[in-house]
Amino acid sequence: MAEEKVKFGAPLKIPGWVNYALIPLVNLIAALLISGVVILIIGDNPIEALKVLIYGAFGYPEAVGYTLYYTTNFIFTGLAVAIAFHCGLFNIGAEGQAALGGIGVGLVCLYMDWMPLWMIIPFAMGAAAIFGAAWAYIPAYLQAKRGSHIVITTIMFNFIAASLMTYLLVEVLIDPNGQSPESRPIIETTWLPYIHEVVSMPKTPLNLSFVYALILSAGFYFLVWHTRWGYEIRVVGQNETAARYAGISPSKNIILAMMISGALAGFVGVNEIQGVHHRLILDFTGGYGFAGIAVALMGRNHPIGIFLAALLFGALYQGGSELAFEMKSINKEMVIVIQGLIILFSGALEHMFRPKIEAIYRRFAPARPVEAR
Amino acid sequence: MSEQSPALELRRINKSFGPVHANKDISLSVDRGSIHGIVGENGAGKSTLMSIVYGFYQADSGDICVNGQNCHIENPQSSIEAGIGMVHQHFMLVDTFTVLENIVLGVEGGYRLSAGLASARKELIRLEKEYALEVNVDATVGDLPVGLRQRVEILKALYRGAEILILDEPTGVLTPQEADHLFRILDTLRDQGKTVILITHKLREIMAITDNVSVMRRGEMVAHVKTSETSKAALAELMVGRSVLLQVEKEPARPKDTLVAVRNLTYIDADDVPRLKDINLDLKAGEILGIAGVSGNGQSELLEVLGGMLTPTSGSIRFEGKELVGSKAFAARNLRKIGFGHVPEDRHRSGLVLSFSANECTVLGYHDKPEYNRGLRLDRRAMVETCQTYIEKYDVRPPDPYLKASGFSGGNQQKLVLAREMEQNPDVLLVGQPTRGVDIGAIEFIHKQLIKMRDAGKAILVVSVEIEEVMSLADRIAVMFDGGIVGELAASEATEAQLGLMMAGVRDASSGAKAAV
Amino acid sequence: METFQIIVLLLDATFRVATPLVLAALAGMFSERAGVVDIGLEGKMLGAAFAAAAVAAVSGSAWVGLGAGILTSIALSMLHAYACVTHKGNQVVSGMAINIVVAGLTPTLGYAWFSMGGQTPSLSGDARFKSIILPFAESSRDIPIFGYLYVELISNHNIIVYLAAAAVPICAWILYKTRFGLRVRAVGENPHAVDTAGISVDWLRYKALIMTGFLCGIAGSYLSTAHGAGFIRDMTAGKGYLALAALIFGKWRPVPTLFACLLFAFTDAVQARLQGVDLPLIGVIPVQFIQALPYILTVLLLAGFVGKAHPPKAIGEPYIKER
Repeated sequence: MAEEKVKFGAPLKIPGWVNYALIPLVNLIAALLISGVVILIIGDNPIEALKVLIYGAFGYPEAVGYTLYYTTNFIFTGLAVAIAFHCGLFNIGAEGQAALGGIGVGLVCLYMDWMPLWMIIPFAMGAAAIFGAAWAYIPAYLQAKRGSHIVITTIMFNFIAASLMTYLLVEVLIDPNGQSPESRPIIETTWLPYIHEVVSMPKTPLNLSFVYALILSAGFYFLVWHTRWGYEIRVVGQNETAARYAGISPSKNIILAMMISGALAGFVGVNEIQGVHHRLILDFTGGYGFAGIAVALMGRNHPIGIFLAALLFGALYQGGSELAFEMKSINKEMVIVIQGLIILFSGALEHMFRPKIEAIYRRFAPARPVEAR
Repeated sequence: MSEQSPALELRRINKSFGPVHANKDISLSVDRGSIHGIVGENGAGKSTLMSIVYGFYQADSGDICVNGQNCHIENPQSSIEAGIGMVHQHFMLVDTFTVLENIVLGVEGGYRLSAGLASARKELIRLEKEYALEVNVDATVGDLPVGLRQRVEILKALYRGAEILILDEPTGVLTPQEADHLFRILDTLRDQGKTVILITHKLREIMAITDNVSVMRRGEMVAHVKTSETSKAALAELMVGRSVLLQVEKEPARPKDTLVAVRNLTYIDADDVPRLKDINLDLKAGEILGIAGVSGNGQSELLEVLGGMLTPTSGSIRFEGKELVGSKAFAARNLRKIGFGHVPEDRHRSGLVLSFSANECTVLGYHDKPEYNRGLRLDRRAMVETCQTYIEKYDVRPPDPYLKASGFSGGNQQKLVLAREMEQNPDVLLVGQPTRGVDIGAIEFIHKQLIKMRDAGKAILVVSVEIEEVMSLADRIAVMFDGGIVGELAASEATEAQLGLMMAGVRDASSGAKAAV
Repeated sequence: METFQIIVLLLDATFRVATPLVLAALAGMFSERAGVVDIGLEGKMLGAAFAAAAVAAVSGSAWVGLGAGILTSIALSMLHAYACVTHKGNQVVSGMAINIVVAGLTPTLGYAWFSMGGQTPSLSGDARFKSIILPFAESSRDIPIFGYLYVELISNHNIIVYLAAAAVPICAWILYKTRFGLRVRAVGENPHAVDTAGISVDWLRYKALIMTGFLCGIAGSYLSTAHGAGFIRDMTAGKGYLALAALIFGKWRPVPTLFACLLFAFTDAVQARLQGVDLPLIGVIPVQFIQALPYILTVLLLAGFVGKAHPPKAIGEPYIKER
């Protein structure tokens, strides 16, 4: 992704805060402005909508719980997309990998429910990781060994995953006592503890997997920047020929990065199935996989950025439901519009504001000689 | 248009890329019906200047006059209309198209192709005859050899009615014989009244073919002379700004044991094209073996096989008597562990990761060595410290281990790569294009370092497309052509003419060369 | 005779399902042959479907609706061009963004304008493209086999189905026999060659993307004003991606792409018919497997197990002039 062309001696180094804070902020504002126009078109007041949105996301303890519960999913998929980006890969398949992760969790909780919770927890996590990683392994293998373009194969794998999921829930795992395509509920002893059971706060779906997400974020940082494996993944992502020259196998690292990516996406299944729904259902992935792309883009593939972007998206989801409830002409799809616009501005149009902002910075920043850095 | 006015005149052209002033106040006058050479080192601004003439870039200031008339050239289209044609260093052809389709691209003559293609075919066949530029118009360009693709480029320009033809480093990919053929074509063009501008950094070509020559140095035009009134040495001095040490000072080599023995090495690539054919070489301790040849004749593959990046199809490589091919050691990572160093041909493509900081580049290929690792953790402090010592020892500027590799100049980037590979103290050092795109001061430094390693008893392989570099650096020279070794000779006995013939694939060149002289 | 009838019915259904696929795949062909990845076919179709249905419902004319659908799709295509060509943005991200924006915007606007849960009013009369009875359909009915085929299979489709059939040779002609086609193919292989030949790479790609928008607009309008009778949220249901798969399966060439679309549409028709049917020897084939089949086939093709696809060489890379 971040393919940097050798520029002719960029004279003044653009400081980090411009790159990592100002530019994403400008992109976000642009996306929100356009969203405001949409709200105007459908006949509502955008300022009012923004107020409702923010109140709905952070205004009272229950809202914060919901926001953080959504944030959890976005952290998982954001990290998943980011690790693939670091290896130069575009993983559009987080949606399918999350679905598979859910199947893994579901199977453990449905059929190994004789185990006590402290055993179920690692098994369910392991199953989510293995199922997600396995689903990512095939496109990764095809990219690494046969040169099949991973963007296309992961798209195809999303559809295949959706079919597989439907098949399993309609034909195999369906609750014999029910009509709809979902499994029987998992027994309560396998449920992931809610945060409100530990900390005093109102009842929300926020559960232990939020803590996993934070731990995994720290692990992500350590892996990518402070281990030789992360180093190898980044070399492959930035320059594959240099990797071969240095004796770093591109195919091994492509497969490794994609499997980590798939595993991370799979944890969405832990949060949703073991944490909240307590049964295997269709479409529990709800677009989190696609939104992960936006989260990674906005978060610049760094865990701190990803956390902030995930929080933003979590707030959008939670605030959006409040919005649909409070304002007459807005329904919850408005959130998808905002999400899409954020991807558009911070991803596809990332080069639109950047040169102008950099030029403005250069004009007003004190001139310094090149060497001084 | 008057007969006296020059075909092309440039007045005080200026162009900057950010802080880099690539062209400073360039003025130039090219006579009609002449071959005009423009020489300069890599990065002197020749290509930028010609890209401005061709409308690829806009000059920041200055005028371009064609046939005495001020032309406002703002894109390639207006340049073509002014009668300027350009043959780029990297051919601008669509590989999947036929010659005919490539040539009509942009001047198809109407929205329907069939009519335009038919008339173009006639015109092309006429042009091919007139300028002796035969090529099958229905061949797919991707299947043509390089020399013919270049002809397609020339035809493309002529078909567009070019009166002024600019060739940018046209011989880089040609054998000396193919180059001579090209020069005959250029002679014909001149005789037909066309004006030719030849951009090159090879003085041999300037002396052989041009009428006038202009010299560029660091973005400035430093001299205009008649070719007949100058010499190679004089031009070389103008190019670099001081007299050059063409010969590297060194003691005669004292070769010892053969460290690496290559026997019957063959490599066939994924498309079934044989890239290396039956190569036999010996790398001896205390000696520099130079590989000469036109680029693309298997040198890159030879380096990549010896560096463990490619697996040979057959043959053997022995290191200190032990067979490497098929063994576990034969992989880029493991070869480094047993004492191979590798300075790759292209530091941007493989030697560095440009977006990484200098200290991260310092461990490329050695990142799993114990000194850079503490348990699971990569020891970033050790990386920075190592980088710091390299920077001091090799005088890398700016001395900043946190600066991104892309922020260093070519010479300093090359020093970073050399430092990394040499400081591991390898027994065998493979070096590709040691001084490509490196400024003259750094060239001397790099050559001295290589000689120093040789004198310390290391076996060194140097691959270079610059004949002069191979001749001055190597103790023994092997010449590659079409994937094979044409012959091997002692550097002290080699002449440029002889090497040139060998580079064209003439096997028994020593007698041939004498006959030719 | 019964098997024959079943086959004819299957093929008839195949044509109806294949129509939007063919148009969208051809749309993708112009974009991708010009070197611009287009995973936004889905969003453009969905946007066009909504606009066509909304405008047709208001104006009462399917043709006006079609025009609105085409314009909407072209506008989205231009957004893609603005991001990827003008600002050299990532083409996959841009396509993705367009898909997501449209997926959210269509129900949002539909809800606000028609208050029908994100749908548009049901279309009838002139607001919908009706089936056309071809000449001599009645009189040829009695001719054995041919007559039946003519009446049941060839005749009695709406105009857009015939349009899609005609689009294949027309697009093939444009791509291979015109100046525009030559340039499009060139810019997808080597944009530098196009630039140095004095042709603007950016403008050429814009033009190719206008073609993409145009064809995609017809494909989307078909869904809501010809095949269906109004807009339903997410009514493309992955057809844009399926068209993209067909384009790849057809190796970016018009005629093979047509056959890929027909194959995918045929599996869809068969799936509808095979639901729960116990086949001899095989047993019941899960519907979901047949639904996934086109995607599995495309993956196998990409993996090189079924032939080898050579994408346009410069695809996915924004054109940046080099020094």
